[in-house]
Amino acid sequence: MSIRVVRAGLLTSLQDPGRFGLQHLGIVPGGAMDAVAHGIANALVGNPAEAATLECTLLGPTLLVEDDALVALYGAAFDAKAGGLPLPRNRPVLIKAGTTLSTGAASHGARAYLAIAGGFQVPEVLGSRSTYLPAGFGGLSGRAVKAGDQLPVVADLARISAARFERLARRRDEVGGVAARSVRWFAPELTVPSGNGMTVRAMEGRHHAQFDSASLEAFFGHAWRISPDSNRMGYRLEGPRLTRTRAVDILSEPTCLGTVQVPNDGAPIALMADHQTTGGYPKIAEIAGADIPGLAQLAPGGSVRFARCTVEDAEAARAAAEERLRELLQAIEWNTTK
Amino acid sequence: MPTPLPRIVPLGDAAVLAEFSETLDLAVNARIQQLAQALRRRQVPWIRDVVPALSTLALHFDPARFVPGTSPRDAAADLIRDCLRVLPPATDDLVRHVELPVCYATELAPDLAEVAARCRLSPEEVIARHTASPHRVLMVGFVPGHPYIGGLDPALAVPRRTTPRPQVMAGSIAIANAQTVVYPFAIPGGWNIIGRTPLRVFDPAREPPALLGPGDRVAFVAISLAQYEEFARAAGGGRVP
Repeated sequence: MSIRVVRAGLLTSLQDPGRFGLQHLGIVPGGAMDAVAHGIANALVGNPAEAATLECTLLGPTLLVEDDALVALYGAAFDAKAGGLPLPRNRPVLIKAGTTLSTGAASHGARAYLAIAGGFQVPEVLGSRSTYLPAGFGGLSGRAVKAGDQLPVVADLARISAARFERLARRRDEVGGVAARSVRWFAPELTVPSGNGMTVRAMEGRHHAQFDSASLEAFFGHAWRISPDSNRMGYRLEGPRLTRTRAVDILSEPTCLGTVQVPNDGAPIALMADHQTTGGYPKIAEIAGADIPGLAQLAPGGSVRFARCTVEDAEAARAAAEERLRELLQAIEWNTTK
Repeated sequence: MPTPLPRIVPLGDAAVLAEFSETLDLAVNARIQQLAQALRRRQVPWIRDVVPALSTLALHFDPARFVPGTSPRDAAADLIRDCLRVLPPATDDLVRHVELPVCYATELAPDLAEVAARCRLSPEEVIARHTASPHRVLMVGFVPGHPYIGGLDPALAVPRRTTPRPQVMAGSIAIANAQTVVYPFAIPGGWNIIGRTPLRVFDPAREPPALLGPGDRVAFVAISLAQYEEFARAAGGGRVP
């Protein structure tokens, strides 16, 4: 049994928390763009955070669910349907075998994660099931999913799906119909910004002093537009051109998730999940780790402002975000045990 | 030679960057490689990645592994300083030596003649110098398994091409300034292509996936076109166009 892909959507790929320990060989951790949403989607179906989910981008896939399956679609607001009826979002849903699940389009936010009980069962490559598109490995044959694909699931999907659904608390509040059954409670969204813009906190990058004061002011003052040629590797930002007072050559050096580098054309690029591990462009800023999942929910055309923060602020924000996530995961845990 | 003490600065909120020098110095890079090995040998559970680069080293950590109130940044900086303090003198004991077969035939080396002309050498002399000098991987980055290799004979120093090629064949060996690179995939590239290896430079199904790792010593060994094809068949690597 498997999940059959009827329509692929815009960019649908299998993702997990990513592969660590290989950056010295040029292999980036990668993984889910919004790792928080990925983890919560998994928790909603009783999976550990390491299980592979389907990352849906702006326009999601249409799937034929060939076996009874406990699934959860969490993250951006997609107008998903199961068997033609609205699919309750951000909560566990038991889908009946033979049902068509169309994830639809995102009305706000950019990415939602479809988790399935037991996780998608593609082989691990270099310690992860995440798809690394630039080099074509991991996930399903190293590529985005396409129509006709069979997404492998656990052999006893129907059994574990039914067992987990039975264990859900307050099942008497059950909603839904023939094709899909769900519960009244749902997990609140932690990462999706309310509008098409957001402010992220950012530290001064280690080359910020090379930029002239007008450029620094513009960077931390302007609302930047996310360019259409943004992708999982990086968000290109449209706005004023940033210039350096000293155009010194920089030796290529390690980058990280959230590094904002400025190539010679003066247009900054925020490095996202599939970024290059090293780069020779000046780093004007480093985005606080806590704000990366939210940024990953902005689509091209969205706008982002950078609020200057210290590394201590960023560390505190990260700790607070982890605490919020821990509390939500505990609440889900409580909900799923009788 | 004493190793300069690095300047250790934050790299985001989940890594620190140790900067040893602002210019490329092969002896400093060799120390950085040694430090990277020492850091890895400590097997500290909160270390996520140790990334030695040309003149810097990044230590990525998992902030969630620290108890509240402790500073991961301080712990990372302390670990780097501690490893440096006890780092033994440079030794070749733990260094891998890799022989890389390279075919320098015109069919696979579109820029060899131009490089030779710029350097006022014959193509044969370029090949002789490239295979004679000792090389070392200074950093792997840009794309998976893409090595930046130092030790290029100064007589072969040429700038990058003014217009990069939209696609360079996988396995291509290319030079610019003081370095050699090996393209693991067919990707755009602006370096001067002087040959091609039949080996698979990166293979995610192999352990380790990258043919060359940071710190490896590399010798380029010239092979004929016939040998290239034989190797390529055996390795399942690049094909002659």
